[in-house]
Amino acid sequence: MIRQEKMTVVSQKQIATNIFELTLHGELVQEMTPGQFVHVKVSDSLEPLLRRPISIANIDKDNNEFTMIYRAEGRGTKVLATNREGQQVNVLGPIGNGFPVDAVQEGGTALLVGGGIGVPPLHELAKQLNARGVKTIHVLGFQTEDVCFYEDEFSALGETHYVTVDGSKGTKGFVTTVLESHAPAFDVFYSCGPLPMLRALEGFYPEKEGYLSFEERMGCGIGACFACVCKTTDQVEKDYVKVCSDGPVFPKGTVAL
Amino acid sequence: MSRLTIQIPGLDLKNPIMPASGCFGFGREYAQLYDLSKLGAIMIKATTVETRAGNPTPRVAETAAGMLNAIGLQNPGIEKVMNEELKFLEDYDVPIIANVAGTETADYVEVARRISAAPNVKALELNISCPNVKCGGIQFGTDPATARELVKAVKAVSEVPVYVKLSPNVTNIVDIALAVEAGGADGITMINTLVGMRLDERTGKPVIANGTGGLSGPAVKPVAIRMVYEVYKAVNIPIIGMGGVTEAQDVIDFMSAGASAVAVGTANFVDHFVCPNIIEELPAKLDALGVEHITEIIGRSHR
Ligand SMILES: Cc1cc2nc3c(=O)[nH]c(=O)nc-3n(C[C@H](O)[C@H](O)[C@H](O)COP(=O)(O)OP(=O)(O)OC[C@H]3O[C@@H](n4cnc5c(N)ncnc54)[C@H](O)[C@@H]3O)c2cc1C
Ligand SMILES: Cc1cc2nc3c(=O)[nH]c(=O)nc-3n(C[C@H](O)[C@H](O)[C@H](O)COP(=O)(O)O)c2cc1C
Ligand code: FES
Repeated sequence: MIRQEKMTVVSQKQIATNIFELTLHGELVQEMTPGQFVHVKVSDSLEPLLRRPISIANIDKDNNEFTMIYRAEGRGTKVLATNREGQQVNVLGPIGNGFPVDAVQEGGTALLVGGGIGVPPLHELAKQLNARGVKTIHVLGFQTEDVCFYEDEFSALGETHYVTVDGSKGTKGFVTTVLESHAPAFDVFYSCGPLPMLRALEGFYPEKEGYLSFEERMGCGIGACFACVCKTTDQVEKDYVKVCSDGPVFPKGTVAL
Repeated sequence: MSRLTIQIPGLDLKNPIMPASGCFGFGREYAQLYDLSKLGAIMIKATTVETRAGNPTPRVAETAAGMLNAIGLQNPGIEKVMNEELKFLEDYDVPIIANVAGTETADYVEVARRISAAPNVKALELNISCPNVKCGGIQFGTDPATARELVKAVKAVSEVPVYVKLSPNVTNIVDIALAVEAGGADGITMINTLVGMRLDERTGKPVIANGTGGLSGPAVKPVAIRMVYEVYKAVNIPIIGMGGVTEAQDVIDFMSAGASAVAVGTANFVDHFVCPNIIEELPAKLDALGVEHITEIIGRSHR
């Protein structure tokens, strides 16, 4: 169930250029699943006004803590980055339908493909898949080396490939460059990242089961305002889906790309 | 709670607070968060005869103390609204104000006739002021004669009182207010959003796919207060005021300017519990003003 809670900052760390890892403590954590997101009010004032949707990157139910990883770029995320240990953050969540962890059977293999700031939700997904006895292969794309993060965390969970547009880390190119050269064997793929990446991936594996996580500008974040609506493909009966309440994760082939 | 009751045509309100149309869907999502029966009323999302797909995304953009939206009246159409959404809302003890939209007079009449027959619809809100659709909407709201004729046509078929939602995007809002009153409107709701635009810092192009969007939120409150103040002086029908309400003091301000009730729009996205919170805060506000019943402050700025 979605609730609003003033959560307490456990830690705030810069983990790459302009990339922050924020850990919060509170009851909401008990309800979280991988791929869901939270809608954060970064300031008590009217500026900035709207909440910011941020994915859940790490869930620690034993300690009532979760982590988000975000890029401090615009007005809201810059304010969020000023929070220090002990301060309170107004969080609405958890929101949306996340990644189906049980889409892969025990002993199977999942391919996780992330792009930039779409990488964070794949971390909790990888953890939970591994916990179920699923092997995970990670292909993570970034612009440059200085914005890469969580290499140790992903490597500890399975085979991990980094790709950068400028070649400063790992393979030079896009995630598809790695997929072409390595051709990993897998059962189900999961992805979160920029639209061109999701589109390329869907085209790359037409015969595979896959789940894609989308981003769209949001108003309410709970399905009431119709701001985040996406057109669907012919394969789906509905004319449209809402990223906030029907997604952000959809089975491959749902959203018209 | 009796200190907050308000009676206006068709509406017997527990309190003067209601979510504004388009900012609350058909209530389903907020029903997961709190009991909708706490609300004075609910203004449901604009309903048209046919299913509407709305505008391309991005449909919203943040602005200084506000936001732009160009949803484009996306809604499932009257059939589904009647059978599914209004049915769902029957589980709550709350009057519904149905926001009626259309492309031409016949559409408004058709939606008004059918939706006003729903058991929980206690009033209509004629949306002659949506800035985000090509036809239907704002051109009905900018010409006094057209507005008056539309109200007449809808009044002839509606089974419940008819409120008309005014656009702030006019030279003289009082002219339109007088015209809809002359057409037989039972009340006025105001204001809808102000047409605005935001440009992308990098490309210099509009952020919203539609180009322009409707500005709402705290940034528009002074405009809305001024307009409610002017219209209150000119008409004899009640006003439901809105535009930037985020806390109890804003409600006091709108009612002081002349509103009999107040709708909350954008603030529902920022604090999803804003409506029940305001309702809870109002009695203390009345105490501070030394007022027993909230009706005592309506129009006090004019006295
Ligand atoms: C479901 C979901 C999950 C997300 N998860 C993450 C995450 O884990 N880490 C992360 O860094 N970012 C994530 N994003 C993107 C993040 O929401 C935006 O980068 C952020 O809102 C930008 O805010 P700002 O204050 O920095 O930018 P500003 O440019 O000041 O924002 C202005 C407005 O535009 C909106 N906006 C700007 N960029 C985006 C965007 N890409 N998507 C949606 N709205 C946007 C803002 O929410 C705000 O309303 C996610 C987005 C969605 C929809
Ligand atoms: C996302 C959004 C959608 C809206 N949709 C409608 C609508 O369908 N019909 C309508 O009459 N007004 C619509 N409005 C206008 C609001 O009902 C209200 O008049 C306006 O937002 C001013 O109030 P606020 O500043 O409290 O938001 C919409 C506003 C927003 C922000
Ligand atoms: S953000 Fe309001 S419907 Fe998705």
